Amino acid sequence: MTALLALNALTVAYGKLHAVQDVSLQVAQGERVCLIGANGAGKSTLLKTVGGLLQPRSGSIHFASQSIGSLPGHAIVARGLALVPEGRGIFNRLSVLENLELGAWLRRDRAAVRQEIATICERFPRLGERRNQPAGQLSGGEQQLLAIQRALLSRPRLLLLDEPSMGLAPMMVEAVFSSLLDAHRGGITLLLVEQNAQLALTHTDRGYVMESGRITMENTSAALHDDPQVRAAYLGVGSL
Amino acid sequence: MDILVQQLINGLVLGSVYALIALGYTMVYGILELINFAHGEITMIGAMIAVATIGALSGGALPIPVILFTGLVAAMAGCMALGYVIERIAYRPLRHAPRLAPLITAIGVSIVLQNIAMLIWGRQYIAFPPVLPQGWHTLLGARITDLQVAILVTALVLMLVLDLLVHRTRLGRAMRATAQSIPLAGLMGINGNRIISITFLIGSALAAISGFMVSAYYGLAHYYMGFLLGLKAFSAAVLGGIGNIRGAMLGGLLLGIIESLGAGYIGTLTHGVIGSNYQDVFAFFVLITVLILRPSGLLGAPATDRA
Repeated sequence: MTALLALNALTVAYGKLHAVQDVSLQVAQGERVCLIGANGAGKSTLLKTVGGLLQPRSGSIHFASQSIGSLPGHAIVARGLALVPEGRGIFNRLSVLENLELGAWLRRDRAAVRQEIATICERFPRLGERRNQPAGQLSGGEQQLLAIQRALLSRPRLLLLDEPSMGLAPMMVEAVFSSLLDAHRGGITLLLVEQNAQLALTHTDRGYVMESGRITMENTSAALHDDPQVRAAYLGVGSL
Repeated sequence: MDILVQQLINGLVLGSVYALIALGYTMVYGILELINFAHGEITMIGAMIAVATIGALSGGALPIPVILFTGLVAAMAGCMALGYVIERIAYRPLRHAPRLAPLITAIGVSIVLQNIAMLIWGRQYIAFPPVLPQGWHTLLGARITDLQVAILVTALVLMLVLDLLVHRTRLGRAMRATAQSIPLAGLMGINGNRIISITFLIGSALAAISGFMVSAYYGLAHYYMGFLLGLKAFSAAVLGGIGNIRGAMLGGLLLGIIESLGAGYIGTLTHGVIGSNYQDVFAFFVLITVLILRPSGLLGAPATDRA
């Protein structure tokens, strides 16, 4: 079976600093995959490169069997890959509704978009109530929910998420992850980067561990969760 | 009283033209954080094309409205093509260069455009052909000409249309998103380069219309007219808050009124020591005052709020 997303020997550099080195990774259609690792391990750089915000130095990125490594961000969205960036990437001065409408920028089925936005406003009443207010006034958790729903409006096959739990209250984290699981049940493949390894491993099927720009481990999430090394390094269990 | 009303009318008309030019500065700044110093020269080229086209056609068999309209369309087409090409060849390659590089390039482009205009149309003032309506009306003891009414109404309508475009349409939404962050807008599938090109096209079209208006209003066009006009419109954009579209409109109108009232009263106030020929200092006086007291302008957000 061919993977939906396949990275092969990917290297990304900022000047001379190799933030991502020789990374190969696959995500199959319908999978939930996480990428965990310490701060500065290169997880975020990797995700930004897949989403088209950064250009790889070498190696390849294939999505649905087509090379997307050299495409600009706006062309990658059109292929069916949406990125919810670190820090959520909300358009602060635009209204909640305008943010959602921009998520559907590439779509031409206006009536269906309007219907989907109405559904979102019903499912997330906090977004619905504030649809005409600047999105910058939402709380962090509400912004994360908005960013995810906005990304889903582009009807992606694969959703990339960069630290979706960062800076959120525990209740909001739950709401965010339950909305992700809903999306997954709706047929969307997930690849998420998380510093909160516990959270990531309990909500995904498979995981990669990244250290200093390289993938050091790969296994099912359950196996990683029970791995003594992972437990000591990322789950805060065991002796130091 | 008559002088006050008269100067207010004159200021409003002049200010509405400044506002149209200021919009070009502010829209480009909003997206690229670039002061497009060549924008004044694009206005000048618009005036030149309009005057030359109208001059060539007048005296022929065409009715005057058709001649004026052809001149306007030619100016708009020429300026839009020019604005598009300038962005593509002069600014886009420097998108990721240090900010000083595109700024200096903009100054270079404006010098190039002045010299091209001088080579094509010469160094002398070119008179606007005498095809314009000469009528006028009395309003509160002051005189308002048909031309002034036409300029003011057209400018206000254009500002309203632009405001609706930016705040009420799909394209406007994409423009505002791109202004916040080009890469972030890219994640929505918005092609930032296309939005930037469209911004230059709109700004240049407004500059062409302004150039047409200025040359019709003063009855003259000159290869150097874009310099002062551009600086004043830039001051207007800063007064309103650079990057803010409604700010540019407000700044333009205010600047026109300040300039006009200043010129009208400075002679009386200084007992004739300084005359109305000092009209041009007011724009820069306003610019300096704003930069000292409120650098973000009347409607601009403080710099920290931009991200």
